[in-house]
Amino acid sequence: MSAIYILWLRELKRYIRSKAQIVASLAQPLLYLVALGFGFGPVFEKSGNGDYRQFISPGIICMSILFTSVFSGIAMLWDRQFGFLKETLVAPVPRIQIMLGRTLGGATVAVIQATLVFVACLLVGFRPVHWGMIPLAYLFMMLIALVFAALGTAIGSVLQDMQGFQLIMNFLVLPIYFLSGALYPLKNLKIGMKIVTRLDPLSYGVDALRNILSGIPNFHLATDLALLSGAAMLFLGLGAWLFSRIQL
Amino acid sequence: MIQVENLVKKFGEFNAVKDVSFNVQKGEIFAFLGPNGAGKTTTIKMLTTLLNPTSGKIALDGLDPSHEKHAVRQRFGIVFQDPSLDGEQTAYENMELHAVLYKVPRKVRSSRIEQLLKLFELWDRRDDYVKTFSGGMKRRLEIARAFLHTPKILFLDEPTLGLDPQTRNQLWTHVKHLNETEQVTVFLTTHYMDEADRVAHRIAIIDHGGIVAQGTSQELKQKTNSDSLEGAFLALTGSTIRDEAATSADQLRQVAKMWSNRR
Repeated sequence: MSAIYILWLRELKRYIRSKAQIVASLAQPLLYLVALGFGFGPVFEKSGNGDYRQFISPGIICMSILFTSVFSGIAMLWDRQFGFLKETLVAPVPRIQIMLGRTLGGATVAVIQATLVFVACLLVGFRPVHWGMIPLAYLFMMLIALVFAALGTAIGSVLQDMQGFQLIMNFLVLPIYFLSGALYPLKNLKIGMKIVTRLDPLSYGVDALRNILSGIPNFHLATDLALLSGAAMLFLGLGAWLFSRIQL
Repeated sequence: MIQVENLVKKFGEFNAVKDVSFNVQKGEIFAFLGPNGAGKTTTIKMLTTLLNPTSGKIALDGLDPSHEKHAVRQRFGIVFQDPSLDGEQTAYENMELHAVLYKVPRKVRSSRIEQLLKLFELWDRRDDYVKTFSGGMKRRLEIARAFLHTPKILFLDEPTLGLDPQTRNQLWTHVKHLNETEQVTVFLTTHYMDEADRVAHRIAIIDHGGIVAQGTSQELKQKTNSDSLEGAFLALTGSTIRDEAATSADQLRQVAKMWSNRR
């Protein structure tokens, strides 16, 4: 257990110490929030969908969780290249503990980052419909962070170089984001689009947060919870398996 | 303590290690010498569970590193050839993390860390990030870290690369002390023949993935009619200079150097 803790703590320290990175990773969600929020807002409202900031803020929070947690897993690439990964891989600690420490650390960092984005959303004018529901929102945020941190670990375990990183970014992370309904409602979609968006685990995270924070439901919260938990198990299992097979 | 029989490792078409066999007794200091790219590090990786062999048998304390990985990992400590520190943490934090991973009891943890950081003259810099350290200091920290716990087998893969004579002396004194008092088996590689001559009980010379000779330093010198181990080494491996192909790791380090001004 102490091995999990010390590796979790390491992820946290790295995050807190890289102030420049914290600011940089706030810039992108803010850009989406401001540019899309104020840019698309009037069209969105004219079509009778209500306030776009209320709609988009949960999506932006999900985006920051997705990016932060997947990247924390992919950051393993640097540990691989700079050698620190070896230090943990030969240690007399079951690899599952090493993997869990890293993954939980990455997930925790993502939730902290999401909190900063949440605050930014409040500053831009976003208002949760029930303040009392915030703890439930955090439960879902943690679950989303866990799903994608585990996915990040799985990817990090097989990536060998930076070329692979670009591939993952363009063919996996961005599609997960754009197909999740973070930016538009998943209603009245054509059948192909409907299938793809329903296969995207982030759709259920976005839906849950939008339901809880903005009062705009699409699926049921229970469905969201069940599917996200399932995805978390699946990716944790996959991540643990791939991590245990790493050779250097 | 270490038995290796007909060990082979292929990377695609390339035969990194071909048909290597040797034995290391408990309490022995065994040196593995060879030119660059001879297969030393690949062999160490297979012995330390980081790489699975293509074929052949390995037994560490009677255990197979490719199947009983966890049990094997409980038996050895290692100083890697290339860095394995976390640059974003301080020297002290690196030591602490290692102590936790290797289950050094909490009671002795801080006193051992202090003792070792002082021994390798890093105590004053304990709260500095490792990324600000010079190459020599990083090396010293890696070595100090390896001595935090006392393993049954200690692997040292070119541990003295880039170290000054004082630290080298400190290192080998410590290694000999551990070997004599705690019966630690030591498996080392080095390019400095005088070190091997000084500390190793037995030496194997490896070239092009295969062992070309093994025995005591005396036996190797007699076999080749040389008056030094260096002479014996050159007689056995020839005088051509070898190049190692750059791995993706090296390439990435270059990219990282370009993009950051950290050392």
